[in-house]
Amino acid sequence: MCGIAGVINRKKTVNVGEQMRLMLQGLKHRGPDSTGYAMYGTPKKKGFVMRFKISENEAEKVNAVVDSPEQLKDRKSQVDAIMKKHGAKITKQSSSTPYAFRYEFDFKGDLTDLATEVETVEKAEILSIGKGLELIKDLGDATTVADQYGLGKFMGTHGIGHTRMATESDVDIKSAHPYWAFPFEDVSVVHNGQLTNYWGNRRVLERKGYRFNSNCDSEIIAVYIADKMANGIELEKAMHDSLDELDGVFTYVVATKDQLGMAKDYMAAKPMVIYESKDIVACASEEVAIRNIFPHEIKTYDPYEAEVKVWQV
Amino acid sequence: MAGIAKRENTAFSDENLTGRTQKLYFSATEEENYTYYGNVDVDFNKRTSIDCTDLEARELNQKIRDAMNKGYGTVVIKNPGAKHSLGVGILNKLNVIFEGSLGYFGVGCIDGPTVRIKGRVGWSCAENMMAGKVLVENNAGSCFGAALRGGDLIVKGNAGARTGIDMKGGTILIGGNAGAFTGFMMQRGRIIVCGDVSANMGDSMYDGMIFVGGDVKSLGSDCVEGEMNEYEIRWLEQKLNNAEISSKTPVSKFKKFVSGKKLWNYDNLEPSERKGILG
Repeated sequence: MCGIAGVINRKKTVNVGEQMRLMLQGLKHRGPDSTGYAMYGTPKKKGFVMRFKISENEAEKVNAVVDSPEQLKDRKSQVDAIMKKHGAKITKQSSSTPYAFRYEFDFKGDLTDLATEVETVEKAEILSIGKGLELIKDLGDATTVADQYGLGKFMGTHGIGHTRMATESDVDIKSAHPYWAFPFEDVSVVHNGQLTNYWGNRRVLERKGYRFNSNCDSEIIAVYIADKMANGIELEKAMHDSLDELDGVFTYVVATKDQLGMAKDYMAAKPMVIYESKDIVACASEEVAIRNIFPHEIKTYDPYEAEVKVWQV
Repeated sequence: MAGIAKRENTAFSDENLTGRTQKLYFSATEEENYTYYGNVDVDFNKRTSIDCTDLEARELNQKIRDAMNKGYGTVVIKNPGAKHSLGVGILNKLNVIFEGSLGYFGVGCIDGPTVRIKGRVGWSCAENMMAGKVLVENNAGSCFGAALRGGDLIVKGNAGARTGIDMKGGTILIGGNAGAFTGFMMQRGRIIVCGDVSANMGDSMYDGMIFVGGDVKSLGSDCVEGEMNEYEIRWLEQKLNNAEISSKTPVSKFKKFVSGKKLWNYDNLEPSERKGILG
């Protein structure tokens, strides 16, 4: 029982960070373990934004391996060296925690090669690379994470988010949602449910050369969509295909640089409520989350089984 | 009534009941056998309103109960804000009006009240309702009327998947469409859908009836079409009138679906009825 939410503002840039925080805080009771945001700011004309981490949050306790500041510093300099080697020029860098960083960089080469090599550094994981996408995930509820990473004033058009109750894998950042569709810029996924043919699909995709960082079943949706898009299949078509090719009970939300989409399985076992208006579309596991950004009465509906919807910015 | 007369002669009042709830709420005295637990007299003309903006579900439900105990018969709830578990467990005649949407498990486990919801309801609205009438003016989520035991449950818009799952009595009326697995494992009662129904309707149903005005995408396991009779057409007309639903399809064109009785062998007597028959 996780909580998922997505919001898309049509043709205007607003404080989407605050919108997402309010919605995810309203879903806290569906999953208090970790919270993740995938937010889309104004796309950069030049260069990329990369979010990555080089260690785990120590608060996870059970599996926590505390890394020393020297280890973290060493790993960061290894990442910097690899970026330099590939010709990526870091123009701006910042960090909110000792283990998570945000880089802005100019780059003209192959993103896949760069991303693959960065991840060869011990414990390094790229959370996202994109022109607009910034993916933030950490342990704690929506407000904790938003405050930690300063999301209260994130201006953008759309975003998706997730509050996690861990059922299939560990409570740590690498198993938290959203998942970036490695190595495709600006594609991210959040998911609520269980996938039953995870290992079968994972073996197929691994043979094609895709990387898996966690044992979380939701990661496969991101990789699956990425694989489809690599073959030139449109997002909406890929989502329709996923209904037949992924087994289990699921509702998931996908975002790209200018689209937001949702898909629900044949059993309609996982909830989703949608509010659509001329200016904004909001979807969440529960209406109470949407009502956190619309205090007045609104007209909402549940999508039916096997329904796929895609909205444009 | 024969059953009650008979009980007086048995050792019913000497029955030694165990279990915490039984001891707290049930004493086998004669008065208790003729009245409901916690039943109070209310005046429907006495009206009060409660603002739910800053209230938790538990606080609001307690306030409804307090108003009821003071004799208020009409309770208006303002700004319910799609919160979960509002208006649950009302075991009394009461007129409740929600001026907005409810979240999950709205008005669950109720016995008697008349509820009007001027908005939408989330999952599992009116689950386990024993009696009364619930009218939803907008759409409803999945598991609408799960395990319904009695009363009328009405939604003017669309209802989600698994509407009337496991229902054991009462009537569900849907003005719009219904989702997949409508009437899943239903054991008794009736579902009326004026619009279309998605896949696997009436899957594994034991008994009961589903009336559909629109198209059915597919029937579930052991659900078959039945024949409508004159009485049922009249009953449908009356029910839809009472529910303030005007169906696009004329009532005479509705189709009726029942269990094929191939999957289950179900004894549809209540335990008390069975006891009466067996002596």
